Amino acid sequence: MSGIKLPQLFIIAFLLLMLVMAGLLGIPLGIVVGDSLVRLAMNGVLVLSLLPMLNAGIGINFGLPVGICAGLLGMCLAVNWRGSGLIGFVEALLFSMPVAIVFGTVYSRILNRVKGREEIAATFVGFSFIPLMNFFWTVAPFGNPAMLWPIGGKGLRPSIGLKSYFGKALNDLWAVKLHGLPMPLGLLLFFGLLCLVAHLFFRTKSGRAMIAVGENETFALISGVDVKRIRAIAVILSTIIGAWGICVYAQSYGFIELYDAPMMMAFPAASAVLVGGSMGHRTTILNVILGTYLFQTVYILSVPLANELLVPEVAEIIRMFISNGIILWALLHEGTKSSHATV
Amino acid sequence: MPRFNIVPVVFGMLSVLGIYFSGMSIKFVLNELIVRFIRDGVMVLALIIPVTAGMGLNFAIVVGAMCAQVGLILAVDYQLYGVTGLLIITGVGGVFALIFGLLIGICLNRVKGKEMIATIIIGFLATSLYQLVFMAGYGTVITPHNAEMMLSRGIGIRNMIDLEHFRNVMDNLWMIDPGGIQIPVFMVLLVLLFALAVKYILSTRLGQLLRAVGESSDKAVLLGIDADRVRIIAITISTLFACFGQIIYSQNIGMLNVYTAHLNSDIFSCAALLAGGATIYQAKVHHALIGIVLFHTLFIVSPQAGQNVFQNPALGEYFRTFVAYGTIAFALMMNIQQENRRSYPERP
Repeated sequence: MSGIKLPQLFIIAFLLLMLVMAGLLGIPLGIVVGDSLVRLAMNGVLVLSLLPMLNAGIGINFGLPVGICAGLLGMCLAVNWRGSGLIGFVEALLFSMPVAIVFGTVYSRILNRVKGREEIAATFVGFSFIPLMNFFWTVAPFGNPAMLWPIGGKGLRPSIGLKSYFGKALNDLWAVKLHGLPMPLGLLLFFGLLCLVAHLFFRTKSGRAMIAVGENETFALISGVDVKRIRAIAVILSTIIGAWGICVYAQSYGFIELYDAPMMMAFPAASAVLVGGSMGHRTTILNVILGTYLFQTVYILSVPLANELLVPEVAEIIRMFISNGIILWALLHEGTKSSHATV
Repeated sequence: MPRFNIVPVVFGMLSVLGIYFSGMSIKFVLNELIVRFIRDGVMVLALIIPVTAGMGLNFAIVVGAMCAQVGLILAVDYQLYGVTGLLIITGVGGVFALIFGLLIGICLNRVKGKEMIATIIIGFLATSLYQLVFMAGYGTVITPHNAEMMLSRGIGIRNMIDLEHFRNVMDNLWMIDPGGIQIPVFMVLLVLLFALAVKYILSTRLGQLLRAVGESSDKAVLLGIDADRVRIIAITISTLFACFGQIIYSQNIGMLNVYTAHLNSDIFSCAALLAGGATIYQAKVHHALIGIVLFHTLFIVSPQAGQNVFQNPALGEYFRTFVAYGTIAFALMMNIQQENRRSYPERP
């Protein structure tokens, strides 16, 4: 570990400042802690989905919308057949998996062609995938009237309420109160379980090979690792976890958001993992959890503060600013390091 | 070696199909096309110089566009109108564009090989900063002089500013109308003047330096060229051009969407340039000019074509969004793959 760097320092300082201000304004901290745990698990899976590609040396998965669309499709299928409660949620996960495998396979072929500049290519694959899926959402023959436009009955709605399906299925699972603090144990357990599986995966043969490819591709090639295959596996894994990530997010949010909603979702996730300390070295589960927690706590605190102090829209703008600032900082930092290495 | 580029051919065929299915008259399409050529021409031309310098597509032209909008907002704020106002906007926007172009250039010298993703993020970051200034800064830190453009709460500027005093200030100069096709000769010449300026810059010694750096930054350094400086100059010129482009665009529209007007200018400009046959490693003035015509023809006709073919205008809308992003994705894929094959021919 190379210790704490500027972005972490900045975000922690910013968080402390916000906490002090929240204290002064009388925003109850108990609720903040409870909310932050919910948001950690709600967004954590999406952040976790960046891990395989980062560790395989492909870089940040700015094409996260590909995985997200797979998850959205899985959820739409589950809602179409009126899956509800926990079973509906599991259905959504199961349906989205084969879709994610298909999307991920195609996506991995593309990324294997653009070796060395995957990030920019991934960004535009993600961006161009959205209008393609918009086409699909408009013409797909879904049958549940709750999903379709009320007038005309054709084409999916931009946001589908999950209340009577699997909305809050995980959030309400084993939700307990500890000393008045709401604890969504089921949600946290699910996130924890996925993290554990990811952690264990990197101890298996494929997982080790993935890290080897990420650290030194030439060396991995010489040691007999099928680099292309390992990279493809990393992309497919990222896509599957991304699909599941949006399922967890949507059940917690209570709505499936279609059309242009996933467009910008990759960027907050990317900055969360970067804040967690994934810069220039192997990314661990700890980076994911820490980064998501810090990033989401800033998110929770910024809304009431902006409402109290300034203009409501400012919260969103500042969040975007921080999120993109962190990504740019990471790019600049990485850039100098690699240019030193080649000299 | 110049390879045959299929992209303009595909765009040409799609455009012809689109015109056919939309049922629009050639006259209507031509009129629309001329308007769009004027609106977006300079913005597309702004992309050429960074590509020549080997920095890829400069998505940070949105920063130049924002500089222009800062100039416009200030002019409305201080109520400077007409041609004087336009000159002041150009001056103020130009100064901002120079400063930000310089800063972007310095940033990009630290991310060699990843310039494009960096310019996208820089564009987002600058957008946040810009929105912060005009949504929260105006009325708190900055004192407004024109109450009409403020939101009723006194903080922040309205989403939409009317540019009635600038609307078509230049557009109606030398307007001719042969056979129902309106041609604002002055504006067409202005865009072509910018095209000539790019061509001229590329033919000077600076142009040679740009090409040398674009060929290989390392080799250029060995030849004694200050590659970093050349790259900064390239991006600064690009930002400045983008600023001028956005001024032309805004005065043509006559309204300013304060917070969103600049947002898609990068994507559409890049897609148009690539549609004309440019690659991310090579772009020429004629690519830009052809690209604007091809890309915008498709843009004009696709919603109506979607309506006629699928009975749903939204599908045409999705199609053209897909064309914009898809063109860039496709070009990146093909160009990077070719470049990789050239650089490491022995690799599997």
